[in-house]
Amino acid sequence: MTDLTQQISATTSGTGAVDFSSAAWQSRLHKRYAAERRFKLYGMMAIAFAGLFILFLVSDILIKGIPAFREHKLVMSLTPTQELIGNNGKTDRDSLMQADWTAVVRATIREQFPEVTSRGQRSKFYNELISLSGGDDLRGKVMADPALLGKPVKAEVLLSDDADLYFKGNVTKRAGRAASTLATPSGTTGDVTITAQGPEFISDLARIRTELGNVAKLALFETNRLKAIIPKQPADKQQSFVDQVARQEKAATDLQARASATGGKESIGSEVPSILIKANGGLIKVTELSENMVSGTVLTPLQSTDAFKAGNWQIVSLLTPEGSRKLSDQQIAWLDKMKDLGWVNSGFAWRFFTSGDSREPEQAGILGGLAGSALTMLVTLGLCLPIGVAAAIYLEEFAPKNRFTDLIEVNINNLAAVPSIVFGLLGLAVFINKFDMPRSSALVGGLVLALLVLPTIIIASRAALKAVPPSIREAALGLGASHQQAVFHHVLPLAMPGILTGTIIGMAHALGETAPLLMIGMVAFIMEAPKSLVESATVLPVQIFLWSDLPEAAFQAKTAGAIIVLLCFLFVMNGAAIWLRKKFETRW
Amino acid sequence: MMQHMTMGESSNEVGMQTDLGSAVTARGVDVYYGEKHAIKNLSVDIPAKAVTSFIGPSGCGKSTFLRCINRMNDTISICRVTGDIKLDGEDIYNPKLDVVQLRARVGMVFQKPNPFPKSIYENVAYGARIHGLTTLKADLDNLVEGSLRRASLWDEVKDRLDQTGTGLSGGQQQRLCIARAIAVSPEVILMDEPCSALDPIATARIEELIDELRQNYTIIIVTHSMQQAARVSQKTAFFHLGTLVEEGPTTTIFTTPKDKRTQDYITGRFG
Repeated sequence: MTDLTQQISATTSGTGAVDFSSAAWQSRLHKRYAAERRFKLYGMMAIAFAGLFILFLVSDILIKGIPAFREHKLVMSLTPTQELIGNNGKTDRDSLMQADWTAVVRATIREQFPEVTSRGQRSKFYNELISLSGGDDLRGKVMADPALLGKPVKAEVLLSDDADLYFKGNVTKRAGRAASTLATPSGTTGDVTITAQGPEFISDLARIRTELGNVAKLALFETNRLKAIIPKQPADKQQSFVDQVARQEKAATDLQARASATGGKESIGSEVPSILIKANGGLIKVTELSENMVSGTVLTPLQSTDAFKAGNWQIVSLLTPEGSRKLSDQQIAWLDKMKDLGWVNSGFAWRFFTSGDSREPEQAGILGGLAGSALTMLVTLGLCLPIGVAAAIYLEEFAPKNRFTDLIEVNINNLAAVPSIVFGLLGLAVFINKFDMPRSSALVGGLVLALLVLPTIIIASRAALKAVPPSIREAALGLGASHQQAVFHHVLPLAMPGILTGTIIGMAHALGETAPLLMIGMVAFIMEAPKSLVESATVLPVQIFLWSDLPEAAFQAKTAGAIIVLLCFLFVMNGAAIWLRKKFETRW
Repeated sequence: MMQHMTMGESSNEVGMQTDLGSAVTARGVDVYYGEKHAIKNLSVDIPAKAVTSFIGPSGCGKSTFLRCINRMNDTISICRVTGDIKLDGEDIYNPKLDVVQLRARVGMVFQKPNPFPKSIYENVAYGARIHGLTTLKADLDNLVEGSLRRASLWDEVKDRLDQTGTGLSGGQQQRLCIARAIAVSPEVILMDEPCSALDPIATARIEELIDELRQNYTIIIVTHSMQQAARVSQKTAFFHLGTLVEEGPTTTIFTTPKDKRTQDYITGRFG
């Protein structure tokens, strides 16, 4: 204790010399530097961690979303005849509008696919592979020039979302190899057998059995789980449950038995990858195979029963089992043939930007959301900027500083932290129920978002006004400018970059806002882009929210695509904020 | 009693010097910042068409009193002024008096040069514009040129009137501020330590300028530099702790101060 006091008095009094080389001093110095290094390290780690997350987020969105900007369509020569479109020779706008243009598409396809005849197959082809709006391009072209009726017209035919996904490679991965032996088919259509001169299919047989083993393993795991919960079942249902489990177990053990068999035959169901044989211009789906022989169904007719020469035919596997994908082997065969016919074209999906929402993923676009967002932002900006800036100027420059204005200030700060959905409730109660404004409209959306953004703008504007040096104000006042002149001529222009930055940040916040708009009904399914403030509208983030809920894989891509567009807008707005600040920043 | 004596003497002496009477007279002025009593019962006469300097240690209230004369203290909400300040016999704290008009009559130059971040032309023309003194472009051009000439800045800036005033050097900026102040033809110019942010050469130019301006304007200058007060002013007032300790012709204050505090201050014993 005494030592310490002496030491302190020695060092602080200034008379006692400090020994900078002492071990204690060195260790204190070392500790200080170590603490600084540690802090820097924490900072760098935090930044690296955050960077990784951003990288992950952005790459995930890009990978999922970029396919949404590409679409596949058929480009084919179509001949629209009066009989096909069934408009009884009328060429006025309305009858052309209502004519059956997809019939032309169907007829053209039928020429190349004469084997597609049964009702079921036709449905699978024309309804599931071709979009409902497949004839739209043709219709547009003929309506622009009715003289085209009866002549061949080169037109685009939109594919369905599943067909589009198939061409993007999202339906199944495929693996193939050229066969190395000579084989002979028994026919060109229907059920056929192919006999190879060697054990051509030995590896396929082994692979199918391995897959069967995997499926059996999963099935057994599931039966074991079910067995464990048998005692928990109600007494009256217990027996049927036990029977069901027994059946499942039997099926699983059967599968296991098939998996462990050697030699002989094996059938291929929809639970294992499909095997297709491509030869003589046709495609055969294998249903049963042994080491040197397969039997199967013809998906695309063969041109002849000539023997397949070694290296001239291929064995293709679709790795996703048929039971786990949207498209059957037959549909994939049709799509492959259309591709071979040179019909399939891919290009930038302008449709994504030029069409509104749709139940059909291939037709859905973000135009409705973009237009709704633009109109809503217009209302928000038109209200927020003047009101927010005026409020900030009044509060900062003119309002008397007393308890009441303090209260207002505290409340504005609190409002900025109120959950946005509360503003939605307010909008519903006041604007829609009280003032009878049209629900789902951009007007009400803009009003609600204006309420949401106002506190942000007021706070940012007040900070910007406060940051203007008082010397400028004094200079103006000293010249005899009135308070208002000093503010509007000198303080406000200097605060403008800060105010605009705050406004743009607030607008970016509003652009991404979803929750309050759900409350006022902007969540409705709206196909047409709104043309006025009082029409029903939706906004981009709500559109994203709606699509993210839909089960179709194509909508998942559209969701990510719309997110990319929204993020681009936010980046542009934030970039504009930075640019404005840099451009109008005045040094004094 | 004592104060009256002092005042009587000083006004006599000033009267002898200039024969123009007082531009500003203050009687019994008290200034409070909230609880703080910043200026206590101050009475002073400012002679017209002459330079009066306020000296004193920091925080003695000289700037506060200066800012009372054009009511710049109004912008500070907690500031309260009582007493009597007259400009040409007119009470400037009269509620009927228009503060905008007062500030047009009493110009001000601040410690730190504070030109508007606008063009040199706009800086000078601003006062005339807001008071609507002239609307013709030619008149305005003349006014700007005349003001800049009187602030002896014209030759340096005549080729770049459209450039921003903040781009000038510190001394030029301060002369621009003076030009801006005289453009509205004030009667009185208040200068709050106008040279404290400037180098000696710029200071010398400003001092020359002040000496020239004294022909047409009543100038009150607050300064920390006793040499400056001695060089430019005809009358000096010494403030200490919110009171006016002593005032009189500059030569008298600097050669034969009556009060011990004044003597100590001007000889550098405190402050």
